Amino acid sequence: MFDKYIIDPASVTNTGPADAPTGFSFTTKLGYYRGLGLSMVEDLKVSVDGQPLPREAIRFDEGPGPLTLDQMETAFERRWAFGAPATLHVALAGGFPQGEHRLALQQRLRISYMPFPSFNNDEKLIRFD
Amino acid sequence: MKSKIQRGVSLYSFQEEMFLGQMSVEDVVAFSAGIGARAIEILPEQNMPTFPNVSDAQIAQWQEMLARHGAQFSAYDMFLDTKVRKDRLMTDEEQVASIHRDLRLCHRLGIRNMRVLIFVRPDILEKCVPLAEELDVHMGVEVHAPWYLDHAWIQRTIEVADRLRTKHLGILPDMGIFMKHYPPVMRARYERQGARPEVTQFIVDSHEQKIMCEYTIYEVAVKLQGNKAEVAMAESLRHNPYANPKRIGDFAPYFRHIQAKFYEMTEDCRDPSLDYEAVIPELVKAGWEGTLSSEYEGNRWIQDVQPVDSREQVRRQHVMFQRLIERAEAALQPAPQQTAA
Repeated sequence: MFDKYIIDPASVTNTGPADAPTGFSFTTKLGYYRGLGLSMVEDLKVSVDGQPLPREAIRFDEGPGPLTLDQMETAFERRWAFGAPATLHVALAGGFPQGEHRLALQQRLRISYMPFPSFNNDEKLIRFD
Repeated sequence: MKSKIQRGVSLYSFQEEMFLGQMSVEDVVAFSAGIGARAIEILPEQNMPTFPNVSDAQIAQWQEMLARHGAQFSAYDMFLDTKVRKDRLMTDEEQVASIHRDLRLCHRLGIRNMRVLIFVRPDILEKCVPLAEELDVHMGVEVHAPWYLDHAWIQRTIEVADRLRTKHLGILPDMGIFMKHYPPVMRARYERQGARPEVTQFIVDSHEQKIMCEYTIYEVAVKLQGNKAEVAMAESLRHNPYANPKRIGDFAPYFRHIQAKFYEMTEDCRDPSLDYEAVIPELVKAGWEGTLSSEYEGNRWIQDVQPVDSREQVRRQHVMFQRLIERAEAALQPAPQQTAA
């Protein structure tokens, strides 16, 4: 219902030393009409120009501090609030590539009343210099 | 006869603007009160960022805010995360505990109607009836398409309520079950996704004739070799039934709140899809007391091509409500007494 808004394209920034970035980060909102406990965010798939980045390369932080996706599975006390931006940190040597590149995100949510998982997909063209 | 139907809104209606940070909950309440929709339905998991931890001070702030605008709460939409764990479903005890948590917060908010998700098992709700009675909260199982009033799953809840002779368990209809015509906004989006107009016309015609959806899906998927958007549109028929509005009176004792779903209102304040023209007279005739709570769900069908204006859509729906309620009231006036010549 909110797929087209889940990546904030203006938020992409490199992380690590400026001359040798070790990754990048961007903010994302939960593509759902309510907040959700982190344990039900089953997967966050990030890709650049169609190339998926490994699950282990991703850290999620809705505020209290970064978690791996595996740690999120049992983070029963933490919730991602409706409309609230969270930060995704992605380890990628060299950081986000220079020039124009496609950044894609898929959120896979375990929604209890639905018979199947819910997928939210967004892709944004990022101009990064 | 003056009906006792109240008009209200669900905060769900403004999800687009609230998600994007363009409206706060107070903006929504102020707008709604301004169009006479003073009964506010809340989704705590959407509208209370610290849920499930909500302090008395936060509750007092909500109440003060509502009072400032002459509004009050009407209903509380609960959720139940049976799949909170990856490895197993919640046990029955955990489900009851989660619903108890919601009943208590609902009560603390001063709300007497709780919308229960339709997938919650009737036997679990049965276990929650004692607390619902103690707190005087009505648990209304949301009758949401593709279910409908007479569906066997809904009958199970009615059976429990009857057997327990409780006034605190029943239903809560979502007006999406009364889809008389296929929504133009849905058709248009499937066409933007590549569905051919002759195929979408076939699907709309089939829906109009109330042909059972599996025939249409097979025709589109197999015989017409439909593309992805066409098959998806045909499959949407599974979720868009037209229930009989004349059954409303029979079920009226079991509900106190209605989610007045809609996908689009036209400029002349008509719903091109859902059969409010038939539903509202039935509610008035039944003498039903409760809230018609706007639930606008059109944003997801148009946001790819145009800005969403939930305020204007909700405003138009309330113009329609007023028109239809007044007309139904007038139709029930006793005929003038004939005086003997």
